Amino acid sequence: MSGESTRQAFGDVIIDIAAENEKIFVIDCDIGKSMKTVGFSQKYPERHINVGIAEQNAAGVAAGLATLGKIPIVSTYAVFGSMRMLEQIRTSACYAELNVKVFCSHGGLTPANDGPTHQAIEDFGIYRTIPNMTVIMPADYESCKALIKEAINMDGPVYMRFTRDAMPFYYSNGEPFEIGKGKVLKEGTDLTIIANGDMVHEALKAVAILEAENISVELIDMHTIKPIDEALILKTLSKTKKIITVEDHNVINGLGSAVADIVAQSPIGIMRKIGLNDRFGESGPYHDLLKKFKMDFSEIVSVAKELI
Amino acid sequence: MENRVKNLEEKAIDLRKTILTMIHEAGSGHPGGSLSAADYVTALYYDEMNIDPSNPKLRERDRFILSKGHACPVLYSVLALKGYFDYDKIYTLRKLGSILQGHPDMNKVPGVDMTSGSLGQGLSCGVGMAIGLKYDNNAARVFVALGDGEIQEGQIWEAAETAAKYKLNNLIAIVDNNGIQNDGFTKDIMPLGNIAGKWQAFGWFVIECDGHDMKDILRAFNEMKSVKEQPVCILANTVKGKGVSFMANVPSWHGVAPNKEEFAKAIEELKGGI
Repeated sequence: MSGESTRQAFGDVIIDIAAENEKIFVIDCDIGKSMKTVGFSQKYPERHINVGIAEQNAAGVAAGLATLGKIPIVSTYAVFGSMRMLEQIRTSACYAELNVKVFCSHGGLTPANDGPTHQAIEDFGIYRTIPNMTVIMPADYESCKALIKEAINMDGPVYMRFTRDAMPFYYSNGEPFEIGKGKVLKEGTDLTIIANGDMVHEALKAVAILEAENISVELIDMHTIKPIDEALILKTLSKTKKIITVEDHNVINGLGSAVADIVAQSPIGIMRKIGLNDRFGESGPYHDLLKKFKMDFSEIVSVAKELI
Repeated sequence: MENRVKNLEEKAIDLRKTILTMIHEAGSGHPGGSLSAADYVTALYYDEMNIDPSNPKLRERDRFILSKGHACPVLYSVLALKGYFDYDKIYTLRKLGSILQGHPDMNKVPGVDMTSGSLGQGLSCGVGMAIGLKYDNNAARVFVALGDGEIQEGQIWEAAETAAKYKLNNLIAIVDNNGIQNDGFTKDIMPLGNIAGKWQAFGWFVIECDGHDMKDILRAFNEMKSVKEQPVCILANTVKGKGVSFMANVPSWHGVAPNKEEFAKAIEELKGGI
């Protein structure tokens, strides 16, 4: 497989962005090597702060920097970025309407071997509940770079989640992305699959199998969970009337729930959610975990066939 | 110096009257910790800080973070008295549609430099500001008022170590050492031990003062200017409810409003000076 982790995309693109934008600061919490921010810290030491193993403080330091018009990026793992520092981000950044970016690696089951302590499966739900927050998970290297640029250009707090493990390359350099606007990767008429992050790749595999069996699938990369692309959901619903959501997250409160919020207001449509079924993960190879927890392409195929 | 001190002492009485008036009018709020902070807040806004009430966002202004955000009546009072907003707004505290929320909102109140109210968060924000100001070669300083109970929060010490690492001599934490927290005396709820020693151990330069002796407060502010490569902790020994005899050092006045009779009695006491 030719691919790269999206945390690497973060580490790479932030150096480019910082060259043009002097407001960028990165705040690390002793995992700079893993977050791929070492390059940034070497090139821009005066704009790099390492607070050590102290995530709550990192969030507050970011809020303080943002009051001066800086664009601080808090860089840590999604488990800590969404839970250890949650209230600090909620009150000192989101309520205070400060331009703080929380960019986190190790989303979902992608830190596969690390086990449940490091697998963030609640973060979408947590952050999409907080007013003023934008929640994003890019699918691959290039889309991650593009969405980071958009997030930096946007005024307001953003939570973005990266993969620990490599994901296949899918998008080309230069592909345009807009926060809050899902991307239709393939048009279809029988049913719609809405996926995000690493699960876009499982969805792509499922689509190939379903298409071979003459099932016409519309596939959407819903990189932004909040604000969710309501217009696109309603549009695809009017066409296919059936939606399957696929996410590397608890099936409660994540992408599926965000889509269900829209479907609930529509006079038509049925949907199914694929994700981690309200349980913790475990250590193991990434694809084995997806298979064990009924989140991989074969599960998508079987749910699709049930729905047709 | 005598006039300077006397003038500030009079201003502090005005502050206390305004604090009690707004809390009484609101019917809820936190008088104890507002009154314990009244003297150093007066000294900051009327003497020490570089500020311009007509330009609350002045780039070079010194910043003030009331990390013990529940004591916001003291901040709202000084901002109202300094003319940051119409004085009559004090009567809207905690009321629907007011800029004066139950805890400070930087987007609603001119002059509030940081939203606060969840204890333990303000010092980290101050660290971020202090780092950013140094990066910008901006000589402004950041003052952060902390409750003594508040420093039980672990995040305070995360922020403290970061401030020492980055040698933030433009950051000043004022610990309002009134010995009382919500549930009772700090010595009973969670003893704080040697507060000065703790800050020193974290690499801070500690200056202790009598938080109700204006001359001593000014002495502490003067002394902090000579500190070169360390953040400064001013340990202000205070009395919760200071200025009102029946509120002084009584834990139950942490978070209740005076009724009509209590309010009248308190104002009468303040008229006689403290």
